[in-house]
Amino acid sequence: MFLTKEEEKLLESPNEGIRKCMEILVAVGEIFGAEKLIEIKSAQISGVSYSNIGEAGLEWLESLDVKVSVDAFLNPAGFDLERWREMGIEESYREKQLRIIKAFERMGVKLTLTCTPYYLVEVKKDDHLAWAESSAVVYANSIIGARTNRESGITALAAAVIGKTPYYGLHVKENRAPTVLVKIKGENFALAGLELGRVLKEGEIPLVEFSRKPSEEELKLFGAALASTSSCSMFHAAKLTPEWRDFETPKEKIEIDEAEFEKCSPDLIAIGCPHVSKQELEKIYELLKKYGKAKRNLWIFTSREIKEQCSDLVRKIEELGGKVFSDTCMVVSPASEKFSCVMVNSGKALEYLPKLRKVNATFASLEDCVRWATLED
Amino acid sequence: MRIKARGVSKGFARGEALVSKSKISFLGDVDAKSGVVVDKNSDIYGESVANKVLVFPSGKGSTVGTYVLLQLKKNGVAPLAIINEKTEVIIAVGAIIAEIPLVDMPEVNVFEILKSGDIVTVNATEGWIEIE
Repeated sequence: MFLTKEEEKLLESPNEGIRKCMEILVAVGEIFGAEKLIEIKSAQISGVSYSNIGEAGLEWLESLDVKVSVDAFLNPAGFDLERWREMGIEESYREKQLRIIKAFERMGVKLTLTCTPYYLVEVKKDDHLAWAESSAVVYANSIIGARTNRESGITALAAAVIGKTPYYGLHVKENRAPTVLVKIKGENFALAGLELGRVLKEGEIPLVEFSRKPSEEELKLFGAALASTSSCSMFHAAKLTPEWRDFETPKEKIEIDEAEFEKCSPDLIAIGCPHVSKQELEKIYELLKKYGKAKRNLWIFTSREIKEQCSDLVRKIEELGGKVFSDTCMVVSPASEKFSCVMVNSGKALEYLPKLRKVNATFASLEDCVRWATLED
Repeated sequence: MRIKARGVSKGFARGEALVSKSKISFLGDVDAKSGVVVDKNSDIYGESVANKVLVFPSGKGSTVGTYVLLQLKKNGVAPLAIINEKTEVIIAVGAIIAEIPLVDMPEVNVFEILKSGDIVTVNATEGWIEIE
């Protein structure tokens, strides 16, 4: 891989952290045959959860004496920083998690603690990014037309510090071409996304024809589900997404139905995987007005910034029995483990809750989720 | 015999080889406390990677595996060095942050000439390995 003189100097930096970050970028670039490094607009860093990175990861982060050089956002953590007691989080776990968050803060990473950074900053078509959260990666590539590979927490951090990422994969326009045409048969696109991910072969990019026009939130849920059952990091949607017309239509065509799921009677209804938008908060409020006060646990997850922007709406939802949490979600928080069955409108959460939190999960549309929450036990 | 290779994670080490023909996922396949390979499908099942020059084709599995290499190092049971046929990101990044020397793409097929127990030197800074 070609390195400029400045880049080569960073490999000899007296600062060990900078040297390591540069070594990581060079190693990744060499592995994928990148010709050079390119500048990025922002980075999104995952690997925030103490349960994933452990004591060794925590100590490593604390040992780094580096600052990020571009906008860098942090993925959700294990609990709401303010309402952790309500979520039943233990003090010892909280302390470890806070040390991780502090270590990132010291490096200049913004404590967004969200999987939807695209609701907080403007991301433009053709911007190069180094994002790690799989649902944010697929959203940025597909719906915005920005360019990012699916980074790991550490490669995203290295990119944030250096301000660059190796130029390979989805950063290169020709690698963004669709390879298979997909016709979606079902009505619920989150479930269809799950199924599509199970069927797709490694490295494939689908060009999707939906059975009706999806909303932006439905596209978000579709992409998040797709990325949870595959390594797919980009899709095109005919007549909808910014690059669908830029390439030849693939010859291979497949049909995809909704994924099947187990049914159980929920004691927690959880919405917000990925974190909800303003529009989704409004929709939830409208549905609560329609069906009445929530009688079962109804937890809604969004970013702290959206929650603060919509404080009036949040207050009204909470008056109707919902709880609006931020900084975390049902998939990463141990709080979900206390329930016997979690109902979600997210294909990604349906896939991950049993795997990561060892809890049963069932699925319904947003409207049915809210309706279920208003029913008596 | 000195064999050229690509240096991925800098450093120098000399020790006894542990050779596996299976891909390794550090999350799940290797116990982070003891360094013992717990994957029953592995051809080095039950062996410890601690203080060995670990030779295997490549990595696989979850990116959390990167942090397992760091945990092995912290617990004093990390490999001395790693030789891969062709490395991938989980192992490469893990080796860099845990300061384990790593080379890949050796000029000759090391699986044909190297067996467990041989003494090997790995110089990942200069990019070569030497079998005694």
